[in-house]
Amino acid sequence: MLAKRIIPCLDVRDGKVVKGVQFRNHEIIGDIVPLAQKYAQAGADELVFYDITASSDNRVVDKSWVSRIAQVIDIPFCVAGGIKSEEDARQILMMGADKISINSPALRDPELISRLADVFGQQCIVVGIDSYFNQDANNGQGEYQVYQFTGDETRTQKTKWRTLDWIQEVQKLGAGEIVLNCMNQDGVRQGYDIEQLSQVREKCNVPLIASGGAGDISHFVDVFQQTDVDGALAASVFHKGIIAMSELKQTLKNEKVEIRLC
Amino acid sequence: MTTDQVTQTADFVIVDTGCANLSSVKFAVERLGYSIVISDDIKVIKNAKKVILPGVGTARHAMENIKSRGLVATLQQLTQPVLGFCLGMQLMARSSVEGANSNSDEQIIECLGVIPTDVRPHDAKSLRLPHMGWNTLSQVENHPVFNGINVEDYFYFVHSFAAPVSEYTVARCQYGSEFSAAIAKDNFIGCQFHPERSSDLGSKIIKNFLEM
Repeated sequence: MLAKRIIPCLDVRDGKVVKGVQFRNHEIIGDIVPLAQKYAQAGADELVFYDITASSDNRVVDKSWVSRIAQVIDIPFCVAGGIKSEEDARQILMMGADKISINSPALRDPELISRLADVFGQQCIVVGIDSYFNQDANNGQGEYQVYQFTGDETRTQKTKWRTLDWIQEVQKLGAGEIVLNCMNQDGVRQGYDIEQLSQVREKCNVPLIASGGAGDISHFVDVFQQTDVDGALAASVFHKGIIAMSELKQTLKNEKVEIRLC
Repeated sequence: MTTDQVTQTADFVIVDTGCANLSSVKFAVERLGYSIVISDDIKVIKNAKKVILPGVGTARHAMENIKSRGLVATLQQLTQPVLGFCLGMQLMARSSVEGANSNSDEQIIECLGVIPTDVRPHDAKSLRLPHMGWNTLSQVENHPVFNGINVEDYFYFVHSFAAPVSEYTVARCQYGSEFSAAIAKDNFIGCQFHPERSSDLGSKIIKNFLEM
């Protein structure tokens, strides 16, 4: 049986792992390599590294840490942030990343998804989507909307896309996996956005990873039992030691969620 | 050419197929305490004691790379143990349809043909593709590379195409339908999963191969 994946996410800024609340006020958590190693050994199924500075400030970012991570860990990992071209993707994959994730650059140039999938294979092209429930939209009935440049609060902006439309569009273009970050929940640890993830799941035929809102073990149980996502991503609960990986996985197993115990 | 003289004596060689996961395979071998070189030099590959054939991407791109480097006959004629990972396994088959027909008349990609099976889209029934993540083996045959590996052990898979179960299957996986998690013939063995990304059990497979 295919196991559900537990995916610690490490937001990277200037070579350090950071975490902010609802994308703001980033505090430094620690060095990348030891943290990556710690999670791999603890039983994480996969790791995601989000270079949150990259898309926002349009500069060349030092990615040598990708290679340092590849040297020490023996589970798959994905790198996100600042990948705008086939050449950027090739560089990251050559350094040992298993997947690359694109977000803002895909919104600017949707065909980039197709070009990357054609060269590197659909399976290593992840599309990250930052989705915000805007209560005022849709004549006050509310609507999920896609945002971009979320790594930098001052540049974060709404796009023209409704989340469900963008989900379908990126699949048509060749996305191999989708990470849906529910911005209203991010960093506040009140649980995953079950309602939104369920709606997206119906439109999503590639692996779907839930992101934003994990606060305790029951949130992981809920998201797997109620939405059929393929994986759950979380950051602060792991970085701050609120949830131990072994206890999380054992609990999920006891709750009949298919999980790889370590 | 001092560097060539050094590399020509390399025991372990990763074939440089121009694919992207070469360094992660190299690091996985190095974590076990062995050194390994990445090369597309015919002499270096022929003289190696063990050869690893990695690969991600599409069969079409990978075979184009192998052809443009003039490596087809070299790889087909290897007599030492050869281990393929993921697409590297699929390249050992007679043919694949991955990457075919998108912008050419080519319907089938001819592969190395060292294991007589044909790679086709995996029939996942109602399950989602790509098949991505940790899955268990549903059957394991006796093969030195699988020493100490058991049914229900988890390995990391990422693929949409697969080799069907056949007489060359040495391990199986179930995802919608059963497919070959590993195939072997003579000195060639290929794993559909990624040993270099499958934690301790993946390392065990690489170690078994290097030490067999």
